[in-house]
Amino acid sequence: MDPRRAGGRGVTTDRIITRNWGNPDVFHVDGYVANGGYAGLKKALAMAPEDVIELVKGSGLRGRGGAGFPTGVKWSFVPQDTGKPTYVVCNFDESEPGTFNNRELVDREPHQLLEGLAIAAYAVRCHNAYIYVRGEFLHQGTIVRRAVEEAYDRGFLGKGICGSDFDLDVVPHRGAGAYICGEETGLLNSLEGFRGQPRQRPPFPAVEGLYASPTVINNVETLCNVPHILENGADWFRGFGTAKSPGTKVFSVSGKVERPGNYEVPMGTPFRVLLEEHAGGVLGGKALKAWTPGGSSTPMLTAEHLDVGLDFESLQAAGSLLGTGAAIVLDETDCVVEAARRLLAFYAHESCGKCTPCREGTWWAVRVLSRIEEGLGRPEDLPIMNDLGRNILFRAFCPLADGAVSPITSTLTYFREEYEAHVREGRCPFTGSGPGRRIEEVAS
Amino acid sequence: MAVLSPELRGEAERIKARYPAGRERSAMLPLLYLVQSVEGRVTRDGLREVADVLGLKTAEVEAVASFYSMLRLRPTGAHVVSVCTNLACALRGAKEVYAAAHDAIGSHAEEMTEDGLLTLHEEECLGACDAAPVVQVDFANHDRVTPERMRELIEALRRGEVSEPSAGRAPRDFKEASWILAGLGDGA
Ligand SMILES: Cc1cc2nc3c(=O)[nH]c(=O)nc-3n(C[C@H](O)[C@H](O)[C@H](O)COP(=O)(O)O)c2cc1C
Ligand code: FES
Repeated sequence: MDPRRAGGRGVTTDRIITRNWGNPDVFHVDGYVANGGYAGLKKALAMAPEDVIELVKGSGLRGRGGAGFPTGVKWSFVPQDTGKPTYVVCNFDESEPGTFNNRELVDREPHQLLEGLAIAAYAVRCHNAYIYVRGEFLHQGTIVRRAVEEAYDRGFLGKGICGSDFDLDVVPHRGAGAYICGEETGLLNSLEGFRGQPRQRPPFPAVEGLYASPTVINNVETLCNVPHILENGADWFRGFGTAKSPGTKVFSVSGKVERPGNYEVPMGTPFRVLLEEHAGGVLGGKALKAWTPGGSSTPMLTAEHLDVGLDFESLQAAGSLLGTGAAIVLDETDCVVEAARRLLAFYAHESCGKCTPCREGTWWAVRVLSRIEEGLGRPEDLPIMNDLGRNILFRAFCPLADGAVSPITSTLTYFREEYEAHVREGRCPFTGSGPGRRIEEVAS
Repeated sequence: MAVLSPELRGEAERIKARYPAGRERSAMLPLLYLVQSVEGRVTRDGLREVADVLGLKTAEVEAVASFYSMLRLRPTGAHVVSVCTNLACALRGAKEVYAAAHDAIGSHAEEMTEDGLLTLHEEECLGACDAAPVVQVDFANHDRVTPERMRELIEALRRGEVSEPSAGRAPRDFKEASWILAGLGDGA
């Protein structure tokens, strides 16, 4: 039998965590429960916490927040003999450019997240969990807050959950506008009331996280998968996706496509299927030029990579990363130099200022990219960009800066000719902005 | 004059109580939102009172507040208009939307208009790229905004009206948005 037919909640589909998106009733707790919700939590509560961890380990679920770390393994790193409380923090800071899947998961079915969070907390014996909600998500913060209230009212949170002796308090906490607070140690500093700058690792949060206590941090999408694994088992989950990337991924598709949106597909699905069948193809029937597989921090790929599978290992083999699963699509009329400039401006703005390669490097990259885009570039600017990339990559304090290098090196690799044309012609070949070559010649 | 009335001082204590004993510093952001909800920005006095509530030095609170873009230490309009110009929105015309906002709001748009009504903010990706270009008015989303729609939103604010957002409820103004961000009220 197709393992997916064993899927709980009575639906046969390739989707797991978005399968109820057509059903507005699941937004509130009653509709969620009527649809089979919180059954995964009940199942977990009847198991030993260690067995819950083993089950999630066995499912092969990997973190959806960008790094892809195996979730069950992360939970198993939490020591239980420190005498300190254990915390679980849900990372709902979603700020990676191009990414909006966490938002819609909460918009449509917030209890799926709370159920996953409660199971995670039970598994690591945590009684205080936090949901760090991106500040700009004003509306989603309210959705989370109301869902938490509903869950308390119905005994899915609070004391003696579902008649067990498990207690869990969940506190939503709103951020205040800083991309770096999505990085897990920056998030912890922010939650503790400090500037959201990253911490030195090790110690890793599993050992010394929130309030120097053992802490699990998981992404919204990661946690949304957990109830389904509890309900249907590890083998069922492995029936989706690839051996190394089990399950599905909710891909956010934006930019130049006919139907921007979130689409849940099994891991390993070729990008062509996501682009053409789900997102309706490139806007206006134009040709595909470039796309980010996992948000702005992952190296761009091109039309040559249409058949690359969307999973951790295939994208890495293709020279990029799965990241947050966010495809920003550029068509043949879009300028990649301008795209890189705009993304670098983002990193320069969001650099927390703690370390020099990131703070200064991103600032310089914006200056050089701007002058190339404005038609004032010099032939030596291309090697300068390469140098900048090399001097930032893996030399900064945290991976924010590595993300900043992705748009630089990938556009230089695949679109070097486009950079050269900017410099040669003294203007942007797409927008025409810039003085043009003749003026430059007269001036020199 | 105190920023926080005795009643709001009580609210501040309840905010602190969300966090474990001895970990009250975690209330930093909600408390800063609370003072921002009273004054429409975080003033010197506001910083001082948060410091007082948390038993910290004013400079320690300022060091945190200055890190976050949603906490406004400088004069701020009654409404903050944020236009996302990051890549996915730029590919869908965000530059024109931003230019329209800038023109409509006029000089000092990024600071505050002379009448104290508006502040324009060039925003990074708002996590809503499927609805590009995206604009927020006091953190309430407006989807697929055209330059014309941008001008309408601003005209409405000038008439004292807050336009219906694409989802949820529109806060009355930046102060109410800050109140919601402190985890208070009915939300939006
Ligand atoms: C600059 C930066 C920003 C990040 N932003 C987020 C984010 O917004 N949401 C998220 O879940 N993870 C984000 N991460 C990844 C987190 O550090 C962490 O790996 C993740 O939350 C762990 O959860 P997971 O194992 O469930 O993926 C970010 C990482 C970096 C370096
Ligand atoms: S780029 Fe504007 S919302 Fe993402």
